[in-house]
Amino acid sequence: MFTFRKALTTLLVMLALVAAPAMAQTPTDTLRPLVDALGQGGFDGAEKAIAALAATGDPAVLPIFEALTAGDLNVRKADKRVVLVREEGGADVAVDPLTGAVLGPVGRRDTDRLRVNNRLRSAIAAAVAGLSLRASDPQVRITSAESMFKAADPAMVPALAAAAADEENAAVRARLEQALAASVLRSDASDDEKIAAIGVVAARGDRDALSLLNNIASGTPGPVQQAAADAAAGIESSLAVWGAAQNVWYGVSLGSVLLLAAIGLAITFGVMGVINMAHGEMVMIGAYTTFVVQEIIRTSFPGLFDWSLAIALPLAFCVSGLVGIAIERSVIRWLYGRPLETLLATWGISLILQQAVRTAFGPSNREVGNPSWMSGSFEIGQLSITYGRLWIVVFSLCVFAALMLLMRYTPFGLQMRAVTQNRRMASVMGIRTPWVDAMTFGLGSGIAGIAGVALSQIDNVSPNLGQSYIIDSFMVVVFGGVGNLWGTLVGALTLGVVNKFLEPYAGAVLGKILVLVFIILFIQKRPRGLFALKGRAVEA
Amino acid sequence: MTLRHREAATSFAETATRAVAALPASVLRAGRVLGLAAGLAAAGLSAASAQDETIKVGVLHSLSGTMAISETTLKDVMLMLIEEQNKKGGLLGKKLEAVVVDPASDWPRFAELARKLLTEDKVAATFGCWTSVSRKSVLPVFEELNGILFYPVQYEGEESSKNIFYTGAAPNQQAIPAVDYLAAEGVERWVLAGTDYVYPRTTNKILEAYLKAQGVADEDIMINYTPFGHSDWQNIVADIKKFGSAGKKTAVVSTINGDANVPFYKELANQGIKATDIPVVAFSVGEEELAGLDTQPLLGHLAAWNYFMSVDTPENEEFIKTWQAFIKNDKRVTNDPMEAHVIGFNMWVAAVEKAGTTEPDAVIDAMIGVAVPNLSGGLSAMMPNHHITKPVLIGEIQGDGQFDVVWETSGLVVGDEWSDFLPDSKDLISDWRAPMKCGNFNVATGKCGGATQ
Repeated sequence: MFTFRKALTTLLVMLALVAAPAMAQTPTDTLRPLVDALGQGGFDGAEKAIAALAATGDPAVLPIFEALTAGDLNVRKADKRVVLVREEGGADVAVDPLTGAVLGPVGRRDTDRLRVNNRLRSAIAAAVAGLSLRASDPQVRITSAESMFKAADPAMVPALAAAAADEENAAVRARLEQALAASVLRSDASDDEKIAAIGVVAARGDRDALSLLNNIASGTPGPVQQAAADAAAGIESSLAVWGAAQNVWYGVSLGSVLLLAAIGLAITFGVMGVINMAHGEMVMIGAYTTFVVQEIIRTSFPGLFDWSLAIALPLAFCVSGLVGIAIERSVIRWLYGRPLETLLATWGISLILQQAVRTAFGPSNREVGNPSWMSGSFEIGQLSITYGRLWIVVFSLCVFAALMLLMRYTPFGLQMRAVTQNRRMASVMGIRTPWVDAMTFGLGSGIAGIAGVALSQIDNVSPNLGQSYIIDSFMVVVFGGVGNLWGTLVGALTLGVVNKFLEPYAGAVLGKILVLVFIILFIQKRPRGLFALKGRAVEA
Repeated sequence: MTLRHREAATSFAETATRAVAALPASVLRAGRVLGLAAGLAAAGLSAASAQDETIKVGVLHSLSGTMAISETTLKDVMLMLIEEQNKKGGLLGKKLEAVVVDPASDWPRFAELARKLLTEDKVAATFGCWTSVSRKSVLPVFEELNGILFYPVQYEGEESSKNIFYTGAAPNQQAIPAVDYLAAEGVERWVLAGTDYVYPRTTNKILEAYLKAQGVADEDIMINYTPFGHSDWQNIVADIKKFGSAGKKTAVVSTINGDANVPFYKELANQGIKATDIPVVAFSVGEEELAGLDTQPLLGHLAAWNYFMSVDTPENEEFIKTWQAFIKNDKRVTNDPMEAHVIGFNMWVAAVEKAGTTEPDAVIDAMIGVAVPNLSGGLSAMMPNHHITKPVLIGEIQGDGQFDVVWETSGLVVGDEWSDFLPDSKDLISDWRAPMKCGNFNVATGKCGGATQ
């Protein structure tokens, strides 16, 4: 709908100069009965009226279509006349949609709004596309050609043929020719023409082409039907290859989400050995921090919205990190070496945090918006990649790299590894082990917080956000090998890809179960996971 | 509570008087003592009931845990309705008092708290539950202790209990009309997508049987189940896209529940599936669920309900005004289960007034045939199968998070508890009026099945 609106607006701006005198010349009286027909006979009647309006070819109908899509057109109950209702000076007034003349005030119950359903929306899109095949903006022409391709209206064959012949932009011409071919396929053209058209449509190679060809292929048997069936089979086999590539991408994408959720746990559970059931709630706190940041930006600095995630990242790290440190200092440090008590205590903490957030923010989902650079998608061949997912993959790898550098090249990383390998020796060497414990737990929690910023883009921001990730996170860490960050990376990506390849065959529910069974069997064989730590320290 | 006490007191006093009358003169003195005792007891009790002059109403909705997202609002609606009723002078001359408990989205806890409401608090009626599993968990408790439960959510049918009044939609009041509408719009291929639990599974079974009865071929139906809270929809949406490119108009019928909806719709928008290409009609997505979502990319996707906030009637306008004033937030939306509670509560009030008591058996009998205005401009009536009559509305999602009604049934539809499209239930009917009083009477064998599920 976005692109359609945009196209429409661009077109209106373009037409503004042309249309104004045209409207003055056009006898609005011929259009008026057609406009009034929009309000009669329900959706069927409106569909016919839209076709009739489009058939006039008069640019004056474009604003009518726009008002209809926006839901501004109303039927005045008294005289069944279609009017625009606008607010003027605090009261609603009826306005003539063709001339813009104010017709007088209307009460709330004097008019019925003209409703638009999907069928009418498609009809309007096709009508507007038909009127804007010669728009000056090539992007508008491409959008129009695409709508015409989907509509595949045989009545448009002459108009499309003329537009394609006059078109100078090669990209637009290709689209127009495809739209023309689609329309020809639905018309009563000769078999040879139709078979040529099938060639043009098949060259698109995408799902829309496949859909059209399949439709023709299910028609009456004959050379055209045969050609369409062959072309559809060809597209399907090439799409199958792309399908496999797509599954890998989906797997990597799911893997990156698992990695983000699990990497903080890889530190608290993997490195410190704390079974932290409240890990998911750290993710949730990060997501809520993003929500709060966006709320503040929305109310006070709307211009900064595209930066909201960048601003939220350090804040989420700090908030979750501080909560983590508080939990470690107040509860967990008394329970080191007692896994069962830690498990129960952190489980309790997770419930407390959930309910606290529920009380503070309410139980319902909170809306976290996507900045413009995270919305939409682009295509490589037949593979469509959404920007949001792409950025999350990139982001998770960055977090992973940063964490590796921190562990390897900073004094804090060194102390952390020392404490993990031999706590008493590290203590003897003058490392303040309690401080390192607190900081490590804070680091793990903080990373969970920034995972929450990323997950807020693809999942619900609700108090239950964390719960859905806690099991998966533990699976990744256990599978990858406790205490090894590389294991977490490989584990997350493997589980992601395996999951996505199983899903189409086994279904989402059975797929999850199979992955779980697979991990259990794997752990039987290699109890320490993919990348086991070696050496005496492990046995201690 | 008061009522029961008072009846006990009267009957005690009566017995005592009768005893006095029957006694020979020689023991009249003893009789006087008895009479005195009876009088004292009655006086004591009436003093007690003066302090305790309320009728208790149980509210059994999760205020924490997964279901809090949906159920908290219903608790607020109940508090509002009770407050409004008290402003009007209460019921039978007494004030209503809400007893709110929190079952915390934990199904066995629902049963425990239902027992507590019925035995300790002695509530006259309970309004509660959301998921079918919670209803199934409290059902035996309400039957054992003879309580009254109003269940406000659309559900899969296949149940009719003497003690439960189903004010939400049965499948024929939501799912089947929605499919009819889409078929009329030219849809020939169907994706039935749902969360993996009892409501979607039963609904999809009914829909599958219905579609096949309408002549839809096997290969034109795709059924997909996902776990609760499923968040990674990438390849399922891609599958739907693939299924939709067979050259026939395709639609998704979604029984996806709760939290999983937001990522599902986000993925649809991301992969560029518009409602004009593949419309999604949902049975569990209402105004509340859309509140956490940018609905601009969802324009034109559908939902089938018996009420939408956008319904333009004076009753609805009044309700929205009262609700937003009560909750002190003029952005709060209303939805279908809220309307179901409004209808259920008003029906209960009418039935209690009709029966003149809150005694469960009397109220249950009085409920059947009670008709109250619904918020979409009609009258909803309680039918002998403990389901109500409702209009069915199909709405399209608008950019502002509201629904625009694009189709509605011409009249009210009676809830059909036992689906005619399932072989196991097509011969069953339910009628709680005397002399049948049976929730699953088999018209083929002429026998009552007994157990209600």
